[in-house]
Amino acid sequence: MSTYTAPKKKNLLPKIAMAGPVSVWMILFVTIPMLYVIFISFMSRGVFGDVVYEFSTESYSTILDPTYFQVILKSLKAAGLTTVLCLLIGYPFAYIIARKPKDVAAKMITLLMIPFWTNSLMRLNSWLLLFQTSGPVNNFLVNTGIVDKPISFIYTDELVLIGLITNMLPFAVLPMYSTIEKLEKSMLEASADLGANPRTTFCRITLPITFPGIFSAIILTFIPSLGIYTVTDMLGGGKVLFIGNIIKNQFGSIRNWPLGAALSVLLIVVTMLLIFIYTRFAKIEDMEVV
Amino acid sequence: MNNPIITLEGVEKKFGNNHVVKHMNLEIAEGEFLTLLGPSGCGKTTTLRMIAGFEEATSGIIKVEGERIEDKEPFQRNVNTVFQNYALFPHMTVFQNVAYGLTIKKVPKKEIEERVMEMLRMVQLEGYEKRKPDALSGGQKQRVAIARALVNRPKVLLLDEPLGALDLKLRKQMQIELKRLQKKLGITFIYVTHDQEEALTMSDRIAIMRDGRIEQMASPKEIYEHPATRFVAGFIGESNIFDGKVVEAKDGCLTVETDAGCLLVQGEDFSVGEEMHVSIRSEYLEVSSSPVAGFTLQGTVKDFIYQGSVVKTAVDLPNGQEVKYSRFEQDQTVSPGEKVYVFWRPEKAVAIKKTEQEAVE
Ligand SMILES: Nc1ncnc2c1ncn2[C@@H]1O[C@H](COP(=O)(O)OP(=O)(O)OP(=O)(O)O)[C@@H](O)[C@H]1O
Ligand SMILES: [Mg+2]
Repeated sequence: MSTYTAPKKKNLLPKIAMAGPVSVWMILFVTIPMLYVIFISFMSRGVFGDVVYEFSTESYSTILDPTYFQVILKSLKAAGLTTVLCLLIGYPFAYIIARKPKDVAAKMITLLMIPFWTNSLMRLNSWLLLFQTSGPVNNFLVNTGIVDKPISFIYTDELVLIGLITNMLPFAVLPMYSTIEKLEKSMLEASADLGANPRTTFCRITLPITFPGIFSAIILTFIPSLGIYTVTDMLGGGKVLFIGNIIKNQFGSIRNWPLGAALSVLLIVVTMLLIFIYTRFAKIEDMEVV
Repeated sequence: MNNPIITLEGVEKKFGNNHVVKHMNLEIAEGEFLTLLGPSGCGKTTTLRMIAGFEEATSGIIKVEGERIEDKEPFQRNVNTVFQNYALFPHMTVFQNVAYGLTIKKVPKKEIEERVMEMLRMVQLEGYEKRKPDALSGGQKQRVAIARALVNRPKVLLLDEPLGALDLKLRKQMQIELKRLQKKLGITFIYVTHDQEEALTMSDRIAIMRDGRIEQMASPKEIYEHPATRFVAGFIGESNIFDGKVVEAKDGCLTVETDAGCLLVQGEDFSVGEEMHVSIRSEYLEVSSSPVAGFTLQGTVKDFIYQGSVVKTAVDLPNGQEVKYSRFEQDQTVSPGEKVYVFWRPEKAVAIKKTEQEAVE
């Protein structure tokens, strides 16, 4: 009998060894903090900004307050706009890269990723320096006579949006690139062969086949841009408030942890909803790129 | 040819410095089954792709029903293609795949349904219309690809090694089915393969290609029995080929001197001193223990090669050339190491002229 049980144990061990650390990690660093956030969101705020352990749904009724509601709406709009623009810019971009020879494509992907190897604070600060009233961009515009007086770029919604787009673009391009790259050229030729003009081929063949990549791109740009606060903080100068900034402020300077937690829960719910839709639409294999 | 459906006149194709198709002239009759046959890289696919419009000819004229089409986009040409890798649309069902061309042409829904179902019946895929290509076998995918092209009732169907990915048995079966379909629908087929047996069984005419040129274009029988060039003789079937010089020509019978010895072949139009080739199929080659008049080819039996339906005997000639003859059963009259005289009936061998190209080389 022992000869039969021995291999079984051997087979199980690696599985436990593999799953064990991951589960422990997930429970310790994802599940417990998340439950704790939910727990805090139902507590009350003390006078000195501390958490008082009394059940309350006050934070949630606060969220329904029009001001918060507006910020959330604005954040959703900005994240949505960022996503749409990332898709519109990213898709042709991904398409062009995917149609290049492999080695060229690899180089282009590297170029796309380079900004992410630099510190984001440094990157955003340099943006401020570039775009400030007396910065090189304005100097150029004024000196060449394109504009009469410097444009105030910084601390505007537009600059924040541009910042978000540049920040998110690679996450949109990569998953779309990997599905477009798998699209065989002969399929497009077959479509043309059967009488479809290039536009019809794009709508009926290219788009549907690359849809999983587009969906990944939506998830990968929408969720982070919904929660991001570095870009809005720096380029928006604290004037442009998104939900990410508010959450950060609640946990930071304002010290209203239950409210911050309630807002976080809201973000998590929105995120989970999107991921749920995602898994419904796309197969797990397409998650590779994630 | 009266009103050829497809005409190629002096068509050339260059990829950079790579001259892939060289001055191709081709006329294909309506309803004909023409096969382009040749070794890998000789330009078969490129020729098809130029007719389909996926590749632009560097120069030359391509006509469909007498009308020039070089400037037309693929989707404007009334030819359809069956791709080597099928190229089925993975996100569509079998029905949607087959219906694609008709939907694009905005054929009424009812008619689409009828024609698609009729087509699926013809390729024996009834009941599969709701499946996705992923859930089909290679042979089934193949038939979907053929149905998807044929449902549009094209004048011409281009097929690029459509059976290449199938196993031998399925391939033979599909060869017969395809040929039947082609006859029944009366569609012109231009068929690419590098399987000579496939070409010989299916085609009305075969164009043997080499290095972007057509070496010979004729019926399978003509190609098999009267190869026009040394290349064709070597490419089709298994032939023994000798290079030599005519030393005597009398009553249509030539005596040819080669490195291995003298031999006889029937041939007109050859003059004494002319360099030429002689091809003899392995089934016609014979051996004898004593010399045969006119032949001085002596060799040593090397070994036997079992090939299922035939057993071949290899014989080494003194110049290092190896010749083979085939019999339905192993030749019991000889054994390895034995000296034999090689001969044949002169009318069974083919005398082949040197081509201009060879003369240049
Ligand atoms: N898009 C291309 N760019 C450059 N060279 C090409 C291209 N397509 C084909 N070639 C070259 O043209 C030559 C002929 O190719 P082609 O595909 O027509 O051969 P083929 O006869 O179909 O061969 P096979 O039997 O292997 O399919 C080859 O040398 C190939 O490398
Ligand atoms: Mg080919």
